[in-house]
Amino acid sequence: MSSVDARTSGAQGVGVEKPRVAFWNDPEKRGYIFQAVLFAAVIYFFWAAFDNARDNLVKQKIASGFGFWNNTAGFDIGQRLIPYETTSTYGQAFWVGLTNTLLVAVVGIVLATFLGFIIGVARLSKNWLVQKLATIYVEAIRNTPLLLQLLFWYNAVLKALPEVKESVAIPGGSFLNTRGLFVPEPVFAANFSWVLYTLLAGLVGYVSYGRWARLKQEKTGEQSPVLKVGFGLVILFPLAVYFLAGQPLSFNYPDLGRFNIRGGVQVYPEFVALVVGLTIYTAAFIAEAVRAGIQAVSKGQTEAAYALGLRPGPTLDLVVIPQAMRVIIPPLTSNYLNLTKNSSLAVAIGYPDLVQVFTGTVLNQTGQAVEVVVITMAVYLTISLTTSMFMNWYNARKALIER
Amino acid sequence: MKKTILALGAAVAVFAAGTASAQTLKTVKDRGVLNCGVGTGLAGFAIADSQGNWDGLDADVCRAIAAAIFDDPKKVKFVSLSAKDRFTALQAGEVDLLSRNTTWTLSRDTSLGLNFGPINYYDGQGFMVRKKLNVKSAKELAGATVCTQQGTTTELNLADYFRANNIKYEPVVFATNDETVKAYETGRCDAFTTDASGLYSERLRLANPDDHMVLPDIISKEPLGPGVRHGDDQWFDIVKWTHYVMITAEELGVTKANLGEMMKSTNPEIKRLLGTEGKYGEAMGLTNDWGARMIKHVGNYGESFERNVGMGSRLKIARGVNALWSKGGLQYAPPIR
Repeated sequence: MSSVDARTSGAQGVGVEKPRVAFWNDPEKRGYIFQAVLFAAVIYFFWAAFDNARDNLVKQKIASGFGFWNNTAGFDIGQRLIPYETTSTYGQAFWVGLTNTLLVAVVGIVLATFLGFIIGVARLSKNWLVQKLATIYVEAIRNTPLLLQLLFWYNAVLKALPEVKESVAIPGGSFLNTRGLFVPEPVFAANFSWVLYTLLAGLVGYVSYGRWARLKQEKTGEQSPVLKVGFGLVILFPLAVYFLAGQPLSFNYPDLGRFNIRGGVQVYPEFVALVVGLTIYTAAFIAEAVRAGIQAVSKGQTEAAYALGLRPGPTLDLVVIPQAMRVIIPPLTSNYLNLTKNSSLAVAIGYPDLVQVFTGTVLNQTGQAVEVVVITMAVYLTISLTTSMFMNWYNARKALIER
Repeated sequence: MKKTILALGAAVAVFAAGTASAQTLKTVKDRGVLNCGVGTGLAGFAIADSQGNWDGLDADVCRAIAAAIFDDPKKVKFVSLSAKDRFTALQAGEVDLLSRNTTWTLSRDTSLGLNFGPINYYDGQGFMVRKKLNVKSAKELAGATVCTQQGTTTELNLADYFRANNIKYEPVVFATNDETVKAYETGRCDAFTTDASGLYSERLRLANPDDHMVLPDIISKEPLGPGVRHGDDQWFDIVKWTHYVMITAEELGVTKANLGEMMKSTNPEIKRLLGTEGKYGEAMGLTNDWGARMIKHVGNYGESFERNVGMGSRLKIARGVNALWSKGGLQYAPPIR
């Protein structure tokens, strides 16, 4: 009992001298001791694991260290965004895998966001059919494993497509077959840079005009023709330059070769299956976040907006969505992270992402499981933390600022 | 994802105290069962039937070792491993040996920390294509899409071959054999490449085997044999001599059928093989009748070959280079003495 008394009196009496107690009975000191012990235990655990692994590797004469990074890889990779050959190193193979992962993640995130918002709004639609369809979509997709969906898309995409000889010719010079989608490859002449510069200048002009127009409206209430000016700056102006420069853009059309289609840009079926699978799966979750966000805005807000004379469009734009975003962004972030991490399921359908190339082939050829797995985990951690940081910044900007 | 978990599991196993490096024989005896790493299913080499019993030339290696240790070929736990996971599983001690049509290469022998036993099947890499493509040689595959399995020597040979011949091609790589074959069958690829034995075996599993053909080109040497971890010489010896006993038995004409008679043989070579003379089994930590046990339960190499991949099987592969050295092949065993 005495220690309890000491504690209460210590907490109450400001300025009163602390009674002398044994240091293990002093809650403050005891706290420090426990933390120090825990810290030491954690450090020891990691050190022991590291030491043990190194010991075992040496004992079994398994190569270790990161020297393999600069060794010749000797295998090929189908889809690559950066130059890579059989004679390239494992390090370069890593970058090919990483860029492929990032490509899927970025394309998937953009598409899933669009689809998710549409489905989420559709779930709240007053149209009975639209609302039910959206509900069925969300429930069916959310409640089946992603891996099965990917296999379904891959086999469905592959099996539904015709063989090379019977390629479907799409008007505009594209082909569709089991090898994927072949689209004309744009070939830019030197003059094309002028078009890009005008486009850039047009965009800058459009953004500054928009800002100026908003300030003007806040001050005077007068509206400006922002859209019309934007159309002129961003579309008509570069188009005019394009024709003046002598149409500096041509296309390299795909062409049916002996086995395959030559020329053009090939979009691989593995990529399509992975992007479609991830997009559809993640969109179902985003839709739920969007629905929850919109429903979190109290009905009184909408009614107040109507009472002020705002039409349904501007009500959604100016009143509901800005408030809903606060609720939507945090779950949106975790869905983005999930999509990125789920892209590693690419191994199942042969898409050469980071896990397939690096923890697949490279791990197997070098046999250095520990190093390869650690690098891969560090990469996913970096990607996820970067995404989180960006989304947290965006969240902070969108958070309700009370005035 | 499963693959990643397995790799992680292996990494964790590396962290675990003292992986089963030495004393494999003792571990196996204590456990009462041999953990044998085999493929995911390749007819003739290692494939599970409807009851879950594994059969094949590679499965017989496991059975022979179990017979030598336990006098019971059923005391084997077969662990199905994809090409990508096999080495990690062996390194981590998940299996006691790998008998999984694995090619012996220098880097696997050294930096992967493995030891390879004798070659129980001499193979080479080939290509399978659809007949209607009208291709007669691998050199005509310019611009073709080729399906192959990840983490194999096949993947590397393919790249080498096309680079050496300066032919452009496009690889599509899958983690398991089944996925690879399925992708070839759906038309994702023009050609499927793996060891020739694998091509013959997989061709029979396709919906219309007659629409497909194996090209005559063999582009590599693929010596296939069992593998064990570095650091346990006794265990390595047992794996090596299992194969040699089966070869020697074929050479001396000792079969499953005539074993009873042969036990009474006065031929000193046969007596040493079957353990009626000498203490050769004990030298390895086994019983002296270890050779007789293998023949009793599994048979000699020739019997195993004919039953699984040879004329007695659906594959109908000729002995070729896998015949005994005395019959113009490469199978040769050091003397048991």
